[in-house]
Amino acid sequence: MIKVDKLNKWYGKHHVLKNINLEVEPSEVLVIIGSSGSGKSTLLRCINFLEKAQKGTITIDGKVVTHGSRKLHLIRRDVGMVFQHFNLFPHMTIMNNVIEGLTQVKKVPKDEAIELGKQMLDKVGMLEKADTYPSMISGGQKQRVAIARALAMYPKIMLFDEPTSALDPELVGDVLEVMKKLANDGMTMMVVTHEMGFAREVADRVIYMDEGKIIEQGTPEEIFNNPKNDRTKEFLSRIL
Amino acid sequence: MKGEIKIMEWDFSIIPEYFTFFLPAAFMTIQVTFYGILIGVILGLLFSLMRISKYKILNYPAKFYIWLIRGTPLLLQIIFIYNGLVNIISLDKLPSAFIALGIHNGAYIAEIFRGSIQSVNRGQKEAGISLGMTQWQVMRRIILPQAFKSAVPPLSNQFIIALKDSSLASAAAVPELLLKAKQMASSNYRYMEMLTIAAIYYLIMTSILTFVANMIEKRLKVSDHRV
Repeated sequence: MIKVDKLNKWYGKHHVLKNINLEVEPSEVLVIIGSSGSGKSTLLRCINFLEKAQKGTITIDGKVVTHGSRKLHLIRRDVGMVFQHFNLFPHMTIMNNVIEGLTQVKKVPKDEAIELGKQMLDKVGMLEKADTYPSMISGGQKQRVAIARALAMYPKIMLFDEPTSALDPELVGDVLEVMKKLANDGMTMMVVTHEMGFAREVADRVIYMDEGKIIEQGTPEEIFNNPKNDRTKEFLSRIL
Repeated sequence: MKGEIKIMEWDFSIIPEYFTFFLPAAFMTIQVTFYGILIGVILGLLFSLMRISKYKILNYPAKFYIWLIRGTPLLLQIIFIYNGLVNIISLDKLPSAFIALGIHNGAYIAEIFRGSIQSVNRGQKEAGISLGMTQWQVMRRIILPQAFKSAVPPLSNQFIIALKDSSLASAAAVPELLLKAKQMASSNYRYMEMLTIAAIYYLIMTSILTFVANMIEKRLKVSDHRV
């Protein structure tokens, strides 16, 4: 589904991603953990080409993409992204947020898009708020709408960049519940998160990153119960 | 004493008599302001987009335009364009005044738009991009609608300035309020009264503009859907 090959990225002189190799299988749920500054968010953003990686390639569904590639927007429509700060469009209703990509990018007729939008909002439990504006709903609700917005494009993979980090603790559960449902539906997902409970329960594979490198990867069982690398052990002992 | 005599000669009672004579000039002021703003907004939008472009071929001309216009007096620009265009391509004085004011306002409006475009949260662009939208779609559908909203207060301020600056079109022989006041005064010697009439017209127009701007701002605040 997605293959990351020898990806290297620098911010000025700072080497933030060091030779990342990674493959994601269809329907796999991959959770990336690590302390802040470890490069995990940057990796996710590189896969969606929101950031430029100076070296390496990313293969999406057999198509090799480098940052110089033309028509990146055509590739991005297959890659859904959910942001830490939701980034809903404040000047549009919830429904229009969800169908914006359908009508503008996929050129789906409006009534058809609304039907699809209703399904997506229903899926995340936000259908009754379809006609309100983002300013009128809670953070957790915003994030569920943001998931519906990404989902409406029928992406081949969904990227979650710390989707619950900006939420009040009591709102985290609903968002994780929606993500769990997606995983059960067979969505391919890459999730950067600090929610270890979610990682343990939902992930097929967990990756631990530190200082721009993949230090260790394995099943949640292996990583959480039996980490091999000292740095992984140290990280887990700090957060668990 | 001379000063006292002048004050005694200042006769407000003649103002109502002359007031309606200024109406055509007031309409001319409105016309000059309207076209100055219209051209200014179009140029401003165009040059603000050029100014924030990462392409130097767009970016540099916009920077040059803004530098040139903001660095020289409006009166000079009006006379320059008036003399230049009237003599070289035999353009009429009125369109040359529209163009001069439009070009002048355009530079300031470009900076207003640039500021409001850049004040839109970066995450908005990323959200649009990650849906697969093109740069232009993101600008048109996501960034500009939000930017226009935050541009309203500085824009209305600029429009009021444009209204007052239209008086400088008198230097290009446009028969607007200030020129009318001067012409009337030179025939009836009622300088203070004629200028007062012009001032009243300006105050009425700027007050209406301010009122409308406040209304729009208030309505935008009510529907201010912030995330």
